[in-house]
Amino acid sequence: MMKQPDSGKCKGCAASSDSKLEKLGVKLGQADFVVALAGNPNTGKSTVFNAVTGLRQHTGNWPGKTIARAEGGFSYNGKKFKLVDLPGTYSLLSATEDEEVARNFILFGRPDVTVVVIDPMRLERNLNLALQVLQITDKAIVCVNLMDEARAHGVSIDGRGLARDLGVPVVLAAARQGEGIDQLLTEIDDMANGRSSCTPHRLKYDIPTVQESIEELVAALTDAFPTMPHREWVALRLLEGDPRIIQAVSTGEIGTLGEDHVATGTISACGN
Amino acid sequence: MEPEQIIKRASELRWKLPQDFHDRWVEMVYADSARIASRNMVQQGKVHRLTWERRLDSLLTNRWTGMPIMVLMLASVLWITIIGANVPSGILATVLLDHGHPMLQHLAELAHLPWWLSGVLVDGLYLTVAWVVSVMLPPMAIFFPLFTLLEDFGYLPRVAFNLDHLFYRVGAHGKQALTMSMGWGCNAAGVVATRVIDSPRERLIAIITNNFALCNGRWPTQILLATVFLGALVPPALAGIVSAAAVLGVALLGVMLTFFSSWILSTTVLKGEASTFTLELPPFRPPNLFRTLYTSIIDRTLIVLWRAIVFAAPAGVVLWSICNIQISGMSLAQWLVNLLDGPGWLIGLNGVILVAYIVAIPANEIVIPTVLMLTVMTTGMSGVGEQGAGVMFETSENSALAMLLQAGGWTTLTATCLMLFSLCHNPCSTTIYTIWKETKSLKWTLVSTFMPIGFGIVICGTVAFIWRVVAG
Repeated sequence: MMKQPDSGKCKGCAASSDSKLEKLGVKLGQADFVVALAGNPNTGKSTVFNAVTGLRQHTGNWPGKTIARAEGGFSYNGKKFKLVDLPGTYSLLSATEDEEVARNFILFGRPDVTVVVIDPMRLERNLNLALQVLQITDKAIVCVNLMDEARAHGVSIDGRGLARDLGVPVVLAAARQGEGIDQLLTEIDDMANGRSSCTPHRLKYDIPTVQESIEELVAALTDAFPTMPHREWVALRLLEGDPRIIQAVSTGEIGTLGEDHVATGTISACGN
Repeated sequence: MEPEQIIKRASELRWKLPQDFHDRWVEMVYADSARIASRNMVQQGKVHRLTWERRLDSLLTNRWTGMPIMVLMLASVLWITIIGANVPSGILATVLLDHGHPMLQHLAELAHLPWWLSGVLVDGLYLTVAWVVSVMLPPMAIFFPLFTLLEDFGYLPRVAFNLDHLFYRVGAHGKQALTMSMGWGCNAAGVVATRVIDSPRERLIAIITNNFALCNGRWPTQILLATVFLGALVPPALAGIVSAAAVLGVALLGVMLTFFSSWILSTTVLKGEASTFTLELPPFRPPNLFRTLYTSIIDRTLIVLWRAIVFAAPAGVVLWSICNIQISGMSLAQWLVNLLDGPGWLIGLNGVILVAYIVAIPANEIVIPTVLMLTVMTTGMSGVGEQGAGVMFETSENSALAMLLQAGGWTTLTATCLMLFSLCHNPCSTTIYTIWKETKSLKWTLVSTFMPIGFGIVICGTVAFIWRVVAG
C-alpha cells in the first residue's frame, strides 16, 4: 500500500500540492480543463467531488444520489479545472439513462481527464466499468477510494500492480479523510497538461466469428475518419446497433473525437 | 466508404453475428476484470464485519422480519420526534407568541398605527409566522437529521428493497419508497426527491401520490386529536398507547392509499409496465454526525421552513381579514362557516373545519389554530382566546381544548373524520407550487391537488354514514 503524506503538517511547504489547490466551488468561469468523474454507484464519487471542489453536494449512503450531472470547479497550479460528477453506473453499455449520460459525456464531452473512482472491496465488479472507460478514452486515472474501509476489512490493494495492468495512473485514496486527494490532483494536473502519457489496457475483441466483421468495419472507418481513435470499439458498437454511435457516425461527429478538447465548448454534447 | 454505407454495412453484418455475441463480449470484460482484480488484491484474515453485515441484512430484508422492523423504526422515529420537539416548541412558543406578540402589539400602539394595520401586521402576519416557526421548526430539526442518519447508515435502500415488490405490483417504481418516506418529513421535499426516478410515468405517479405520506405539518394535528378524543375513550393507563396506535394507523393507511392510488393511476391514465430497478444494497457505514446535521439542517429543514413562512404569512393576513370584515352584521368568516356547515356534516366534519382548511392551504400546521379560533368565534365562548377575533392562539391544556371543541359540537366522529381528512386533502400550497415547478404541467398539478380531496370526501363520507347508522 502506498504511503500518503500527512497533508495537515505539510500544508505550508512549497512541495505540498495542497498549497496549490484553490477550491472554486461553483464559480467556474472559463475552465482550462474539464475533468469527468465516473464510477460505480456508491463508491464515494460525490465525496471525492466535494473534497476537491469544496462544495457540499449532498452525499448519502444511497446509490444514485447524484440526480443530475453535478459540476464544480477548482484551481490548481494556476490552471482552472471544471469537475463533472457523472451518475454512478455499472457499465457503459447504455442500458439505462444514467449509463447513457455517463458514456456520452466521456465520449462526446471529451473531458481532458476521466477519473474512474472504484471501490477496493468490490474490485472485480468495479474494474468492469474501469475497463470499459479505458476503451473509449486514453486519458484516464483510476482512483481507488474507500481505502479506509478496505483496511478495516483487511483488504489491501497493490496500486503499482494495478497501474501496470491497467496502463493508467492509479491513486489510492480515502476521500472522506482527505487521504490521497493531493496525489490525485497532481496526477490530474500532469495528465491534463500532457506531462504524463499512458497506454490503457485494451480489450481484445477476438470472438472468432465476429473478427472479420469488426475488421471490415474498422477498415471502412479508418478510410472515412483517418484521425479517429478507438476504431474497434466504435465498430463493435455499430455492430450492436447503438443508436447514439450510429448518429455520431452518420453526422461525422465521430471523426472529430480524436481532436483536442477545446475549453468547455462541447459540454452540451451529452445533453442532460 | 461513406458514413451512411458504413452504417448500412454494419446492420447487414449484424445478421451474421452469433446469437450470444453480446454475452460473450461482456464475459470477456468480466474475465479481464477478474484476472486483474485477483492479481492486485489481497484479503487478509477472516472478515468479521462482512458476516456481521450479512446477518444484519438478512434480518432487515427478511420476508417476515423486514416489515415489522420497518414499522417499528417508523414508530420510534415518530416517537422521538414527538417527544423531543415538545420542549423546544414550548420555548419558541413562549418567546415568539407569549412575549414577542404582546411586545409587538405594544410597539404598534406606540407608533400610533391604525387598528387595521396593526391587526393585519401583528395579529395576522406575525402571529401566523411565529406559530409556523414554533410548531414546525423543532420537529423538522429532529425528523430530518434522524432520517438522514438512517439514510447515511444505509437503511433506506433496504426499505426500498422491502417495498419494491409491492410497488412493482401496483405498476410503480421501487424508488417511490424513498420519495414516500421523504414525504413523511415534508411533501414538498418528497416531490423534489422524485427526480431520482427516470421514467416520467412512474415519476408522475410518485408525485401525485406523495400527498398520502403524512407530512410534518399534519403530525401535530393527528397527535392532538388522537390524544384529546381517542385517548380519552380508554382508561388513562392505556391512553398513550391508544393515541399512538391511532396516529400510526393513520400513517399506515396513508401507505396503503399510496399503493391503491398508484395502482389506479397505473391502470388508467398512466398505463404502463414498471421499469426495471437495479439497486445495490450498499454496505452499512457509520454515519458522519457533523455532516448529517449540516446537510439536513441547511439543505432540508431551513429551505422547507423558509418556503412555509413565505406561504403562511399571507394566510395570516387573510385569516385576520375574514374575521374582521363585516357583511350585514356578520363577519365574512361566519358567513363561510354557515355556508359550509351542511356539506361538512355529510363527511363527518363541520363548517369551521372546512373554512380552516381553505384558509390553511398555505401550511397544514395552521389548521388546528385556525379551527380553534373559528370555533371560539362561532360558539361565542368567553374566557378562552380572549385576544379577540382573528388572533391565533394555542391552548396548552388538553382538557380545556376538549371542552371548547365539544361546545363547538365536536364528537369522536368529528375527530376521527378530521384525522382521516387531514391525511386525504389537497397538498399545501408549497407542495402544489413544487409540483408545478417539477412537472410544468397544469393538468398534473390539478390532478395532484384534487385527487386526494376526492379520496378524503369518499372515505370521510363513508365513515360518517356507517357511524351514524351503527350509532343510531
